[in-house]
Amino acid sequence: MAADGAAQEFRRHGRAVVVGASLAGLRAAEALREGGFTGSLTVIGDERHDPYDRPPLSKQVLLGRISADDTALPRRRAIDARWRLGVAATGLDLAERRVRLADGEEVEFDRLLIATGARARPWFRETEAALDGVFVLRTRDDAARLTRRLSAGPRRVLVVGAGFTGSEIASACRERGLEVTVAERGPAPLAGALGGVVGAIAAELQRGHGVDLRCGITVTSLEGDMAGRLRRAHLSDGAVLDVDVAVIGLGAIRNTEWLAGSGLAAGPRGIACDAGCRAFDVHGIVTDDVFVAGDVARSPHPLFGYQFLSLEHWGNAVAQAEVAAHNMISSGLDRRPHLWVPAFWSAQFGVNIKSVGVPPLGDELVVTQGALAEHRFVAAYGSQGRFIAAVAFDQARWLDFYRVLIESAAPFPPVFTNVDRRPEGMRPVPADFPDPSLPTHGPTVTLSGYSPSERRLSFTPARA
Amino acid sequence: MTPATLLRQITDYASRANPYPLYAELRKTPVARQENGVYTVSTYWEIAGLLQDPRVSSDMRSRAPQAACGPLAEPEEDTILPPSFIGLDPPEHDRLRGLAMRSFGPPHTPRRIHDMRAELTRMVSGLIDDFQGRGQADIVDDLAYPFPVMVICKLLGVPHQDEARFHVWADAVVAGLETEPAEEAGARQRAAQQARLELGRYLAGLIEERRRAPGDDMLSAMAAGHGPAERLSPVELVTTAILLLIAGHETTVNLIANGMLTLLRHPDVLKRLREEPGLAVPLVEELLRYEPPVQLIPQRTALTDIDIGGTTIPKGAPIWLVVASGNRDPRRFPDPDRFDPERRDNQHLGFGSGVHYCFGAPLARLEAQIALAEIARRLGDPRLVDDPPPYRRNPVLRGPRHLQVAFDGLTV
Repeated sequence: MAADGAAQEFRRHGRAVVVGASLAGLRAAEALREGGFTGSLTVIGDERHDPYDRPPLSKQVLLGRISADDTALPRRRAIDARWRLGVAATGLDLAERRVRLADGEEVEFDRLLIATGARARPWFRETEAALDGVFVLRTRDDAARLTRRLSAGPRRVLVVGAGFTGSEIASACRERGLEVTVAERGPAPLAGALGGVVGAIAAELQRGHGVDLRCGITVTSLEGDMAGRLRRAHLSDGAVLDVDVAVIGLGAIRNTEWLAGSGLAAGPRGIACDAGCRAFDVHGIVTDDVFVAGDVARSPHPLFGYQFLSLEHWGNAVAQAEVAAHNMISSGLDRRPHLWVPAFWSAQFGVNIKSVGVPPLGDELVVTQGALAEHRFVAAYGSQGRFIAAVAFDQARWLDFYRVLIESAAPFPPVFTNVDRRPEGMRPVPADFPDPSLPTHGPTVTLSGYSPSERRLSFTPARA
Repeated sequence: MTPATLLRQITDYASRANPYPLYAELRKTPVARQENGVYTVSTYWEIAGLLQDPRVSSDMRSRAPQAACGPLAEPEEDTILPPSFIGLDPPEHDRLRGLAMRSFGPPHTPRRIHDMRAELTRMVSGLIDDFQGRGQADIVDDLAYPFPVMVICKLLGVPHQDEARFHVWADAVVAGLETEPAEEAGARQRAAQQARLELGRYLAGLIEERRRAPGDDMLSAMAAGHGPAERLSPVELVTTAILLLIAGHETTVNLIANGMLTLLRHPDVLKRLREEPGLAVPLVEELLRYEPPVQLIPQRTALTDIDIGGTTIPKGAPIWLVVASGNRDPRRFPDPDRFDPERRDNQHLGFGSGVHYCFGAPLARLEAQIALAEIARRLGDPRLVDDPPPYRRNPVLRGPRHLQVAFDGLTV
């Protein structure tokens, strides 16, 4: 078959280019070689560093336990690649199959993988963002700079935004004995990701560890002195804080600007691709030689109403990179869907938080194990009568069980008996998301199988 | 062959040297009801699923009264100590295990095991030095047994010279896991409980001494506690100490002995280990898959009807998780009966999984890595004297009773 022949030919002699030299890019490059790709391989990255791991940057690195330079990603195998590090990709010519680089070089490809990820959203006023003492935390260099400043012992640190990154930064500051104010626009920390019920527990954790947590509030401006050093922050309730350090934790922006005009369906929400990681073009037609993986990808997930999910999760980057690489060197029925069930973890204030599924799609939750008040529990989230997510505080070892319930569309609320179920865990309560987005009426889809080659969906159409 | 008679064959002492063909039979029915009412689970994904399933209890008191069968009969309540955390569910399990972990591993004591490396190596060297001038050694009696006992004594703060006393009790406690002869099950259980009580009395005395004169050991640390809210009660201290002493004492011996036996049966791997001691790390993982020291987990119970592997395990039913069989499941491990020290993606069930994942895993790993690498390095041309060697009776904690090895001289 022609298609098979093309894949075979690519596998032997093709030119593969990976744009993005972080977790997804590295793992994809390794998976290409592991899958028998013997052609030429080029990896392009805008940072000058070899691929490194980001989760430790907001944890062990900020605490000074390890240096930012000690976060190199372990290599699974040799990849025999040409590395172009410290040079950003600036354009893509789909017709000529060429990637343009910032230094003027053009790199030709037969198949391309885009894994350009995301960057920290900067403070919205450029002059204030440029003040000495205003930081973001996304890269190794960011972490090194912020750690140096925290070691100098600032009088007070302001963390703007209480998502996961902001909360972890606040936790590290408290562990270092620094005074911290956290300003969060929403009703509680992590409320956007986990809902108000669990968010209230996150707030207890912060306050219990001495964080000056202020919710329902925004930072209106940052003020510097004559020397350009941050001195004060002004809050929307009129309060003024004396701070030497402000860390902006307002989420991430996907790195897609370089694709403007390329003809790919790339925008602020990422690059749309199919479940096989093939990018869509602006017509909504899937391409066959451009693949996407990691934070920059948006792909439909059958288990969650075929919604296009953009996941900024470590595990997603690895799994999607492996699927993308597999599909780059396969054809037809040998190609695999990316059916990873979303999961992430966080460590803050001495608690290990782990999530599986998509909590914001849930409208109710029930505490199936442990107790909220003990800060040690599993909260199961349901929507329209099925399991949709579970979040564990210091109970991570149970989450594979809940993943299977999510994959099998198990009925919610659960009726089974289990260990450590308390009276409060008998009735669901509203999960209390600030802006609940409910999945639409759709088919029931379930996921089965264990190894990637035997993962299968079963599809039961909804009744009209 | 029906699955019912199959389980009896597996626990039969005659099968001890090689139960693996029987496990392959057992896997034809991944979840099977046995004639004694026990549900055996023998395939990887089903075992892994149940190890992480909160509908499964580790507390024998969850078992339906009529289901008190198998090797662990219903205890006589008034004569025994309460269960240690291996036999408890959350939240009690988490609290006790967490308090024990404070003086053993991360996050509070991250370096305890790491810092013992040099001492462990000295212990192994000393034991192998005693092979000098002999052409033959019993790897079990001369190394695989005494080494972990020395380690656990040092770690807990138990005087090594008392070994002869607590060894008898420890043996009697684990004999409670044996299945034959079936008519003596009651007597075995009573003996096991009695031994546990006596071991507990002995340890209670030691704990009292450590409380008065603390040392740098786990009993001292656990006795001191961490403030009134975070302290084990006197009974909890004793049951935890019993658990750690027995587990540190009756399992690693099998890992080392099974490991040496496997190496002697794979001389090419033994030769490689001599040349590259770093191979010990993946090699021990493969051993935990290929010849796990704990073959099956017999003390789980369904808290509700559980649909799994095409069967419903009814509420209150005893469940045996045959981890040694799951480790050889061809749906999970390609070519599972091959011993491959470089096997990739080797997420074996040798230490279990879930909240009861082996407490002492980092220590067991280090002990086995050091012991096997040192034997490989020092014994000249080691040869197996009996194949198969004589085995211990126990079907749960399975390993050779003796492992005679002939060799030509010792390297320093």
